[in-house]
Amino acid sequence: MAVNETFASLSDSGFQAALAGYVVALGCYAVEFASKRTTTVHTAERVPVGVGALTADGTPGGRPVVPTAGGNGIGLVTKEQRGLPWAERFGRAGFVVTVIALVANIFSMLMRGLATERMPLGNLYEFMSMICTVGTAALVVVIVRTNARTIGMFVMLPIALLAILSGTVLYVPAGELMASLNNYWLVIHVTAISISSGVLLFSGIASVLYLIRERGDRQGKVFQETSVWAKLPTTDALDRIAYRTAIIAFPVYTFAVVAGALWAEVAWGRYWGWDPKEIGAFMTWVVYACYLHARATAGWRGRRAAWISMLGFATVIFNLFFVNFVTTGLHSYA
Amino acid sequence: MSKRDVTHLHGDDPLDEVPAEVWKPARGQKVLAFLRNIWRQLTSMRVALVLLFLLALASLPGALLPQWSLNRVKTAQYILDHPTMGPILDDLGFFAVFGSPWYAAIYLLLFISLIGCLTPRTFEFIRQLRAVPVLTPRNLARMPHHEKVEASPGLPPVEVADRVEAGLRRWRKVRRSEGDTLTISAEKGYLREVGNLVFHISLVGILVAIAVGKLVGYEGNVVVRLGEDTCLTAASYDDFRPGLLIDGTELKPICVTVDSFDATYTDAGIATAFTIKFRYQLDEDLNTGNWRNGQVQINEPMRFDGERLYLLGHGFAPKFQVTYPNGEVRDYIQNFQPTDPMLLSEGAVKIPDPPVEGEKKQLALVGIFAPDTFVHAGILTSIFPAPNNPGVAIQVYQGDLGPSYSVYQVNQDQIDNGALADRGRANLLPGESMTIEDGTKITFTGYEQWVSLQVSYDPAQGFALIFAITMIAGLMLSLTIKRRRVWYRISPGADGARTVVEVGGLARTDQAGYGSEFSSMVALVPGAPGSTDVPAERADSFYAT
Ligand code: HEM
Repeated sequence: MAVNETFASLSDSGFQAALAGYVVALGCYAVEFASKRTTTVHTAERVPVGVGALTADGTPGGRPVVPTAGGNGIGLVTKEQRGLPWAERFGRAGFVVTVIALVANIFSMLMRGLATERMPLGNLYEFMSMICTVGTAALVVVIVRTNARTIGMFVMLPIALLAILSGTVLYVPAGELMASLNNYWLVIHVTAISISSGVLLFSGIASVLYLIRERGDRQGKVFQETSVWAKLPTTDALDRIAYRTAIIAFPVYTFAVVAGALWAEVAWGRYWGWDPKEIGAFMTWVVYACYLHARATAGWRGRRAAWISMLGFATVIFNLFFVNFVTTGLHSYA
Repeated sequence: MSKRDVTHLHGDDPLDEVPAEVWKPARGQKVLAFLRNIWRQLTSMRVALVLLFLLALASLPGALLPQWSLNRVKTAQYILDHPTMGPILDDLGFFAVFGSPWYAAIYLLLFISLIGCLTPRTFEFIRQLRAVPVLTPRNLARMPHHEKVEASPGLPPVEVADRVEAGLRRWRKVRRSEGDTLTISAEKGYLREVGNLVFHISLVGILVAIAVGKLVGYEGNVVVRLGEDTCLTAASYDDFRPGLLIDGTELKPICVTVDSFDATYTDAGIATAFTIKFRYQLDEDLNTGNWRNGQVQINEPMRFDGERLYLLGHGFAPKFQVTYPNGEVRDYIQNFQPTDPMLLSEGAVKIPDPPVEGEKKQLALVGIFAPDTFVHAGILTSIFPAPNNPGVAIQVYQGDLGPSYSVYQVNQDQIDNGALADRGRANLLPGESMTIEDGTKITFTGYEQWVSLQVSYDPAQGFALIFAITMIAGLMLSLTIKRRRVWYRISPGADGARTVVEVGGLARTDQAGYGSEFSSMVALVPGAPGSTDVPAERADSFYAT
């Protein structure tokens, strides 16, 4: 079975496009995030003109930009009107680019699958490409459903890094599978693992942001008014995002581990053998079980649960990188 | 309504704590109370949480440090490289984490906690299933979700109640009357608790299945050459790992002769498939002499009655013919160990008893075997893993072999201290030979292939799979189904005015989603905002499970 070179090169172009898209989207989100706090969220803020009003030249007491007359003579300026919608435009552009990059990434995987006539999950490059796709897809879904675009930068940052790593160090030209991977268990196990890992990474980022936001909220008004971090979604929203994504990913992860055990039974003669990768997966699974328990235990919801979720995030990363690159086990991606 | 109803059902609720006994406890009772307290602690959610966390933490050294069970050589090397910490860590079980007492302590405590937690929960749940939904609270305005609406004109409370009940089709519900006023209490989401119990009980099942496998299962590895008859018994395995209750005598022997080994490679030398074909004898075949045919591939073991046969690896065994100075001719064959993806293999033929007069004439042929030979500047390498053009490079030593540590190597000390003398080296293709100074002639006569096989036996693994499946099913139920309570208090309006309905709602899990769901519960009241005020059958579409 030869590799179809046309598809293979289309796949590579698709990945390049996706990579570029991730970087651009990251830039856009970053611009939006770092800009002055002027997003639609704050349009409700009403500023009485004349009393330190926001004005064209930015000095108090100057001419109001848009003196919306109030009956009592106090003009109202919404920050948005004075503020720069360009920041938000960057954010929106970032989202559009994200969607385009996602499509490019999916296209790239599809082409690689066609080029090699197999599931494109046969080496670390292809695996990471899948993780990027899943993480980005989760971002798109969450933004569409909750409008929490401010998390875009924080999700795009690791995805862009991962894509760069995949496109350079990990890149492998399209090729055939080695015997041990040439199996339908590969499709089942690795697909489930990469989908759930991608979503778990997303969930972990939401928890990290939760902790940042929660810390800020404890500082009170100063944080609310001065910090760009106050643009993050509320702790409630972040908690919900982290939890919802975790409970989607957790059963899939569980299934993936069980499928891995089934594969190990046909490949290595035992269904569980504490291979480093198996240990890593077990740790991730136990930590997320811990997280779900924490969510149901009085006194552990909120901050402590978020810490546990972050720990789970760390184990996913540990398993994706450390175990793959540093230890040697039976898992042949390593 | 008690606070207990608003929180979860686990024993962590402060209201579950029995108040301290008022009587003066006797000594025995004190001990009892102490034990009971420990038990209550152990089965609390908080302790379960901590134990889960410890379990994850305790697994970490297993991934970071080499483990005896996976790689003896690496582990031994690690200990040598860390002369102070190495032995200490070894004593503490850090190189055998998953068999260590501290690891066992954690998971045993966790599972005791789990069983202690599950048993009362199961009974509590059964009791709940039989019980009718709780009374409608006097003050529904205190509920997290509350609304007061008026029903369509002309509908008496009974009719409103009928319509609401029809809309609550998949809920468990009960109607009660408080004088003229009717109340409906309804609850749903019992399957969540079922899922949760099934999930946790399955965990216990998996643990038991693993334990049984470790007690009565076994694994054995053996390397056999093609064409060689081998009967696999505890003694004939190269490496035999019996379960704790197995001493090896009860294994039923399987006799195997591997007839062929086939591999397919890409042009780049990546193997895409391996297959062995073999004949085997099992049980009474051994008496009748009957042979059956079998086949094993990578990812496709042969399944006998309980035992499974795996192909784990393969390699080459070069053959040599040695013609001694006295004219005697002997043949030798030795399995070599693959060292790279092109199956360049190394090994040593050690001849402790050459038919040569005098001491210190033992012979060793230390060699490299290449299935597809490429020689550049005198260095032999392999350019493809299939035996297209086999060749060897051998280094001959003569003298005293000394004690042997490995079948693949000669004792380097003997070379270093001069006991084994270098007698020259040569690269040989099949049929070629070299002669050392005392006239001994060594001919490379070809090769055979070997395969490494594993036999595994674990009678409980099917149960582990079944429990894994129920575990996933339970988990999905418990994570997707939401527990909800809703109450309606339907009172006649004063002086023929419209019927007034008060609705209260309580989300017992995952409060976040209840808002819009609650609105649709309110809309079950005909005439309420959002209600279609149509015959009740249509109202079904309002609720999502
Ligand atoms: C053997 C280790 C354990 C694992 C892997 C584990 C795992 C889980 C998981 C994944 C959930 C989430 C499902 C859900 O939210 O319904 C859960 C829930 C739960 N677990 Fe465990 N568990 C373990 C031990 C225990 C123990 C020892 C207890 C008792 C103290 C316990 C009590 C509970 C309870 C009460 C819930 C329901 C939480 C809720 O209502 O949301 N679990 N467990």
